[in-house]
Amino acid sequence: MAHHDDHGHNSSGALPALSSNSGLDAATLIDYYRQMTLIRRFEEKCQEMYTKARIGGFLHLYIGEEATAVGAISALRPDDHIFTHYRDHGHAIARGLDINALMAELFGKVTGCSKGLGGSMHFADVRKNFWGGYAIVGSHLPLAVGVALGMKMQHRDSVVMVFFGDGATNGGEFYESLNFAQLWKLPVIFVCENNLYAMGTPLEVHSSVTEIYRKACAFDMKAERVDGNDVLVMREAALRAVEHARSGKGPVLLEAMTYRFRGHSAQDTQKYRSKEDIERYRRNDPIARLRALLLNEGIATEQQLRDIDRIIDDQVEASVRFADESPEPGREWIMQAGVYAAPIAVDPPIHGE
Amino acid sequence: MPIMTVREALRQALHEAMQDERVFIIGEDIGHYGSTYGVTAGFLEQYGPERIRDAPIAESGIVGIAIGAAMVGMRPIAEIMSVNFSLLAFDMLFNHAAKIYAMFGGQMTVPMVLRTTNGWTQLSATHSQSFDVYFAHMPGLKVVAPATPYDMKGMLKAAIEDPDPVVFIEHTLMYTVKGEVPEERYTVPLGKARLAREGRDITVVTYSRMVHLSQQAANILARDGIEVEIVDLRTLRPLDMSVALESFKKTNRAVVVTEDWQSFGTSAEIAARLYEYGFDYLDAPIARVNFREVPMPYSKNLELQTVVTVDRIVEAIRKTLS
Repeated sequence: MAHHDDHGHNSSGALPALSSNSGLDAATLIDYYRQMTLIRRFEEKCQEMYTKARIGGFLHLYIGEEATAVGAISALRPDDHIFTHYRDHGHAIARGLDINALMAELFGKVTGCSKGLGGSMHFADVRKNFWGGYAIVGSHLPLAVGVALGMKMQHRDSVVMVFFGDGATNGGEFYESLNFAQLWKLPVIFVCENNLYAMGTPLEVHSSVTEIYRKACAFDMKAERVDGNDVLVMREAALRAVEHARSGKGPVLLEAMTYRFRGHSAQDTQKYRSKEDIERYRRNDPIARLRALLLNEGIATEQQLRDIDRIIDDQVEASVRFADESPEPGREWIMQAGVYAAPIAVDPPIHGE
Repeated sequence: MPIMTVREALRQALHEAMQDERVFIIGEDIGHYGSTYGVTAGFLEQYGPERIRDAPIAESGIVGIAIGAAMVGMRPIAEIMSVNFSLLAFDMLFNHAAKIYAMFGGQMTVPMVLRTTNGWTQLSATHSQSFDVYFAHMPGLKVVAPATPYDMKGMLKAAIEDPDPVVFIEHTLMYTVKGEVPEERYTVPLGKARLAREGRDITVVTYSRMVHLSQQAANILARDGIEVEIVDLRTLRPLDMSVALESFKKTNRAVVVTEDWQSFGTSAEIAARLYEYGFDYLDAPIARVNFREVPMPYSKNLELQTVVTVDRIVEAIRKTLS
């Protein structure tokens, strides 16, 4: 097991430098900046629309954790599979889901990625093998293992990447899933986004082992802890894990150290952490770190990055207009035909349908 | 037509299903142990460990894995050895299997079958339960509980071919029940009740093992000239009440027999529908025969006073007719 202690949670005040020498070309590095900024600006707009009551229900923002999704998902092929949790906006955008469809989903419109039936916690797009956000903590892990089993039985070399938080690693499904995946050598990359809180309960209060990657040793599984706020480190670790899984050697547990800048959900008053703590972690902002790298290494100019930011702002504004103008889902979705792929008519019919 | 047991009918259905490469079976002790109730005995040797997957004792994982595999085009059959253990997989079944099609706007399906079994024989409180009503309560699931070898085979085949998640409920005390099963391939559609016995005096509405006990009760009453009509619902969700209502309109009296607790149980829903749609035909209050509402006692003496017996069905019918 590799163990990276330098996971970026410094308190010195300086912006921690990203590891460079990634071997990536300028266009790719700039695209990571674009993706991460798109996630952030999209979510800032979500917060605004939530405050204006245009978005209902829960809103769990990924702001601060963008490098984890972008870095990890960059290691996947289009025919690889993704499962995630209810804080799913970042993964969806990193996978290239259309932000118009995402904003429309949040607005509860039929043009949404899940036809307005799922909302913030249930983004999905099967065309992109993005199998959805799941809202019962840790419960989507067995599903991801099942997809990996399906791939193996169909003799395909696709892998499955499943995201979950540190809070999910205390429940039974985590242990059942790691055991099944290792027992059957299934191609699963378990990505634990350790943002130090299970909702509002600090890591050291909720887990007997605070280095989550060490939990894999019970299954003799390859595991690694990495700086999840360094998009390039995250990508490198994900590439190693994907290679391991795709070559038939079995699953990997990656622990990505990160931090959520916003509350657990939009209603969170954050009594469990101080403003000073949040400010301290903000100095480890993954986007600011990537921006600094791009500028310091002469990969991009201030003007180029400003232009990207402006294009993103326009795209986000357009997504709001699209969502606004889209129709709501029709009554057919609350008929039995909306519940079953093959509804069975009975007599007397349910609800008189 | 050949006569065979429920167990043999289920085995035939599974053998036929295994000819589809997408089908595999995952569960506890289905392979090396030789199958707890003998349904998959010999399958491991015939189909190999890739498709007959002996699983760790981890019900949530078993059902979750089946759901995931189903989402990407497999046709998994998850076996939960005893329905009592299915409680550990309720989150998978209720929050995922039942929701995925609707919640994601119809872009994914979960064509899996969960086979499990009710039953009791001095197994005491935690191993003698029925959760039919929990499954049947949940939109998004289809729930079937056949009674005869013919239906067991035909409905299991239909369940495996169905694009939605199906809970298939068997009964430990029915595996040796015999009946006619044709040699040719066939399916029995889900969501269709059947008339199990014709009679003009009273309607018994029931399903699963209680169909056989109701038949015994009807045989006893026939000696007194009482003609009992028996409706076998076969599927609990969606609930086809057409056969039961047709019968009730003729007999004007009904007894509902189900092997679960009475309060908020399956018999409550069935009786409610009889009242709702058959009120004008009602000549007597609808009676219900169910488990006594206690955790199942171990003592044989007490157990037999807790479960549904032929005597209790006979008594309820006589009372409803008087």
